[in-house]
Amino acid sequence: MSDHSETAVLADEPVPPPIEANEIAAEELEEGSSLWRDAWHRLKRNRLAVSSLFIFIFIALFCVVGPWLSPYDSQTQDLFLGAVGPSADHWFGTDTLGRDLMVRVMEGGRISLLVGLVATLVALLIGVMYGATAGYLGGKVDSAMMRFVDLLYALPFTIFVILLMVAFGRSLWLIFVAIGCIEWLTTARIVRSGVISLKKQEFVEAANSLGFSHMRIIVRHLIPNVLGPVIVVATLTVPAVMLLEAFLSFLGLGIQPPNASWGVLINEGQQNMEIFPWMLIFPAFFFALTLFCLNFLGDGLRDALDPKSAKD
Amino acid sequence: MFRFVTVRLLQGLLVLLAIYAVTFFLVAATPGSPFSTERAIRPEILAQIEAFYGYDKPVGERFVTSVSNALRGEFGPSAVYANRSVTDIIAESFPVSLKLGSLALGLALALGIPVGIIAAVRQNSWLDYVPMSVSMAGICLPTFVMGPLLALIFGLIFELLPVAGWFGPEYVILPALTLGLYYAAYFARLTRGGMLEMLNQDWVRTARAKGVSESTIVWKHCLKGGLIPAITFLGPALAGIISGSFVVETIFQIPGLGQWFVKGALNRDDFLILGLTVLFAALIVVMNLLVDIVQVALNPRLKYE
Repeated sequence: MSDHSETAVLADEPVPPPIEANEIAAEELEEGSSLWRDAWHRLKRNRLAVSSLFIFIFIALFCVVGPWLSPYDSQTQDLFLGAVGPSADHWFGTDTLGRDLMVRVMEGGRISLLVGLVATLVALLIGVMYGATAGYLGGKVDSAMMRFVDLLYALPFTIFVILLMVAFGRSLWLIFVAIGCIEWLTTARIVRSGVISLKKQEFVEAANSLGFSHMRIIVRHLIPNVLGPVIVVATLTVPAVMLLEAFLSFLGLGIQPPNASWGVLINEGQQNMEIFPWMLIFPAFFFALTLFCLNFLGDGLRDALDPKSAKD
Repeated sequence: MFRFVTVRLLQGLLVLLAIYAVTFFLVAATPGSPFSTERAIRPEILAQIEAFYGYDKPVGERFVTSVSNALRGEFGPSAVYANRSVTDIIAESFPVSLKLGSLALGLALALGIPVGIIAAVRQNSWLDYVPMSVSMAGICLPTFVMGPLLALIFGLIFELLPVAGWFGPEYVILPALTLGLYYAAYFARLTRGGMLEMLNQDWVRTARAKGVSESTIVWKHCLKGGLIPAITFLGPALAGIISGSFVVETIFQIPGLGQWFVKGALNRDDFLILGLTVLFAALIVVMNLLVDIVQVALNPRLKYE
């Protein structure tokens, strides 16, 4: 990290225009619009992506706020009631222990979304730093670092995650780290190629001649310029992470009872689907819908942030 | 080409060794032992059991023995299932998983690639929109949702197909669909993207201007390059099908390798875990090698990089 004195002295120095100059064409600049505003306009025109965004926000609110509004508690059992289908009292029905399924779906969603967000952040952090370092340093270091990524791509990671979960207990933190540690590869590749194309540009040269440290150039000048593609990857990483967590939970290796994620609920539902199909249908529906929205949103963002790819 | 293959083979062997080492030490670092049971065992008997399996020696020595055994294709006895060696278990269950996996991969390719080509050629028509929306839905329905749903629909509601077991050809259909449809959707999207990129090249416009027929453009000029993204995805697809088999074999109660792996990990059956991990890793490494070779064959420019 750059030391504080340097930051303080140079705080008023003109920082190169962070995003505009590099990625969009000149005629768009004349309208005084930034890449982000442009992207937002393009995204708004993509009806599929916008509705995905709204549905996703709705699901997130449903999961986060819902449990407070519901008269039921996700842990209270009613063994006399047992599993009953959807009714006026229990909109999604109840599970075999008489627990209200709607609250369980909401709280399961909280955990699934939390894993999705935190593990994605871990993955982004690793991927962005790794990719930016490789791209910036270039040469032999770069090829060694990327060769390592290629090797990791070839590994059967789910197997290792399963072993890790068995070996070191099944805590939420381990899930964050384990999943984050395997989903950073794509981010690293994308950031690296972005940094390589940027590092020969004048503003980097300027920063260099002003005597900024490499770390500062990477963090302050290069990384902000590759954020566009990184956001796209992040939107697509969240569903991948949620999928992996649900996969682990489905096998009984992820979230442990009495907590539940959507994967746990789907597993319980699958075991009871012949008699109590609603136990499978509701969590599966919410899980699939969330993945659907995030994937469409990611596609839409890619088209919006990278107009070249939008043409096809 | 020969040099390329040799280098990649050596790299693959190194990767396998690394995977073996990581797995070995991960398993060795796990608290508990494969021989702990609910019944109390007298210490001298436990010592005898440990001596039989070589667990009385230091970890480093065990690793060396284990690697040299593995190189000879000996993965040792199962630590949990008495009187069965890991090789036995593999020999018994691998054909089942192989059949399931290859059918699923075959289905994914046979369905995904043609759909992707058609969608690209008829871009922005219903032949593009409908399959692409369906495939997006397919990608959002992971195996553990797709499996139960297919079982619910075809097995329980329409009673067309059996939902569990492994006895005849009809028992293969639902599991293979469950595993394959997800990747069919992926291959369709990748093929469409790759073909579109080719079809939008300037030289295609030139070819059209010169009056080359549309089918020649698609089949002769664009197909090779357009398939590259799909082929690149073969390696990850195989890895995904292997881990997907853990789920599918659990759902449909199929006696394949996938469920052995989960059982082995949960029971701390060290030898079984090691043997299966190496087998899966070897499959993936070989697949990646094949993919690399095919890629170079399709796109000779890669050879010089």
